[in-house]
Amino acid sequence: MSIFVNKNTKVLVQGITGKDGMFHTLQCRDYGTKIVGGVTPGKGGTNVEGIPVFNTVKDAVSSTGANASMIFVPPPFAADAIMEAVDAGIELVVCITEGIPTLDMLKVSAYLKGKKTRLIGPNCPGIITPGEAKLGIMPAKIHNPGKVGIISRSGTLTYEAVYQLTVLGLGQSTAIGIGGDPIIGTNFIDALEAFNNDPKTEAIIMIGEIGGTAEDDAARYIKKYVKKPVVAFIAGQTAPKGKRMGHAGAIITGGKTTAQDKIETLESVGIKVSKSPAEIGKTMYELLTKVKARAKKSTAGKAKKKSKSVKKKKTSPARKNNRKGKR
Amino acid sequence: MNIHEYQAKELMAKFGVAVPKGKPAFTADEAYAAAQQLGVSRFVVKAQIHAGGRGKGGGVKLVNSPEEVREVAGKLIGMTLVTHQTGAEGKIVKKVYIEEAGVIEKELYLGMIIDRTTRQIVVMASTEGGMEIEEVALKTPEKIIKEFIDPVAGLQDFYGRNVAYKLGLSGDLIGKFVKFVKALYRMFLELDCSLMEINPLVLTKDGNIFALDAKINFDDNALFRHKDIEALRDINEEDAKELDAKAHGLSYVSLTGNIGCMVNGAGLAMSTMDIIKFYGGEPANFLDVGGGASKEQVTHAFKIILSDEKVKGILVNIFGGIMKCDVIAAGVIAAAREVNIQVPLVVRLEGTNVELGKKMLGESGLNIIAASDMADAAEKVVKAVRGAI
Repeated sequence: MSIFVNKNTKVLVQGITGKDGMFHTLQCRDYGTKIVGGVTPGKGGTNVEGIPVFNTVKDAVSSTGANASMIFVPPPFAADAIMEAVDAGIELVVCITEGIPTLDMLKVSAYLKGKKTRLIGPNCPGIITPGEAKLGIMPAKIHNPGKVGIISRSGTLTYEAVYQLTVLGLGQSTAIGIGGDPIIGTNFIDALEAFNNDPKTEAIIMIGEIGGTAEDDAARYIKKYVKKPVVAFIAGQTAPKGKRMGHAGAIITGGKTTAQDKIETLESVGIKVSKSPAEIGKTMYELLTKVKARAKKSTAGKAKKKSKSVKKKKTSPARKNNRKGKR
Repeated sequence: MNIHEYQAKELMAKFGVAVPKGKPAFTADEAYAAAQQLGVSRFVVKAQIHAGGRGKGGGVKLVNSPEEVREVAGKLIGMTLVTHQTGAEGKIVKKVYIEEAGVIEKELYLGMIIDRTTRQIVVMASTEGGMEIEEVALKTPEKIIKEFIDPVAGLQDFYGRNVAYKLGLSGDLIGKFVKFVKALYRMFLELDCSLMEINPLVLTKDGNIFALDAKINFDDNALFRHKDIEALRDINEEDAKELDAKAHGLSYVSLTGNIGCMVNGAGLAMSTMDIIKFYGGEPANFLDVGGGASKEQVTHAFKIILSDEKVKGILVNIFGGIMKCDVIAAGVIAAAREVNIQVPLVVRLEGTNVELGKKMLGESGLNIIAASDMADAAEKVVKAVRGAI
């Protein structure tokens, strides 16, 4: 199991004939992702290394049965590309494009309301379920199948966390970069919910940064619903104020958009926050070790109350995975 | 991107947003001429810099004759204005704006911004005009009025009325306010703004409503479709290194420390700054070379870092994904050959083509301190800089 993508996901690439689009399409295919087609208006009927190219997403869907799309279309045309995919009934759209005007994304997000499509990004590295499918630009070989789900607003910092987990032998169930733009599709809460419901995900790493209130909203959600261990990191503890945000930006959130504010909020609901970006993996490793020790203890203690402990086993993936041991 | 108050007001006038009559001036004589052309009896002379708090800093003066306008303008132009937003070094005033001074009955606040959570444009208003709005939000959040605008319906009149009545307006002013806020919204959309702030929005004794001050920020991502806005950019108001970096497709922000950083990716760049601080150092800059930088871009990035005299050590932290480590290495080597590096250089490479990159650096003959991971790199550069001082 995993979230949003797996080995059966059938992927289209919008903007497949561009330099970046082509390069990453082939990288994804090499990884094992089912790339079934590409879309570039005007280039329908051609192919990219054997991958058929279509003029419209609708044509591509009806010929290939694609259910996901990865977008490399340049910023002025990217919003249109996202909406075209939504209109064609694509279930998952991953938009890699960086630099889309914010007002274009407001239009997209209004258009998405009531539709079944999930959008990841834009301005993101994409999503990967190690060993199954990669829809994005992340370096494949640092990933390893495992039990930790990763959600991040940042690209290379995600790689950093992924690599740390891989080195420690933990691996990843799915890693998602949700993107660093003000207006994005899938947010922390959407991904947290999916990871919380995914039996294979044992713990979650959440990587945030300064600006906005997404981390605060996530903290409230985690407190209320998430039963799995969560480790967080917030980038930008030394970022100067006001460099990117105007006055009104600070107002709408009551001014609580610094890294320190976010760290305090996360810690106040019991989330373990790694202070150093070099210790995200280690913090997770230690937390999991502790959780497992506690789980073992409580299993021993509850052994007498049989019915309760049997029921709990089903809902606690942490212990299930513990029995299997590390891969 | 930011623009000056006078530029904002010229744009607002085009969109039918009520602003006082005014003219910009670069010299005292121009200011005098502008005042005479305005043909009114009371004037405000306002320093034009990209920062708020000008009034408190002494950059806004009320006068009663064109002669006084000349005198005040002469004093303002060339002075270094320090406000809570400029930092201690302040900003040099290069031009002033001469404006008709009305008789103010009341000062309000009106703002427009994109709310990330609801993914809508939100109109914000407050009766506490002229104050620092962050303080109002912090101390008395109940005094901030918000209306979230449906993106499909747009700013319908009722949104405007909702705000107007909550602001305590009545009679003719309701209609005038609705017209004002609708014009502002149209401008927000058509010009791809990211923020608009009218502080204060004033009500005059004769029953009119207009923007006394105006701050507009534009979405940098949308400037490709607004060449006319891009042309309003005042390079005197921006950091020369930041502009240089931007021209080369790099993202750079000047900071106050002494450790220069070159990193790929904004998140990693920010956390590299953080980890330097964690080990007791201070970063001199934020520099993101981006996902697919060329050797030339990397070389240029290196030169920008080295042009900062504060820099006493450099940390290169690269996690190659799309960015290949050998490209970084080639850029570093090229830059080092062109510019004689006198400060310690710590390099941490990981990811795509890391072995090749390390080999190139090793064989370059440069004096490079290699680091095994991010923490190691930060610790080493902080130590090296201490040793150098």
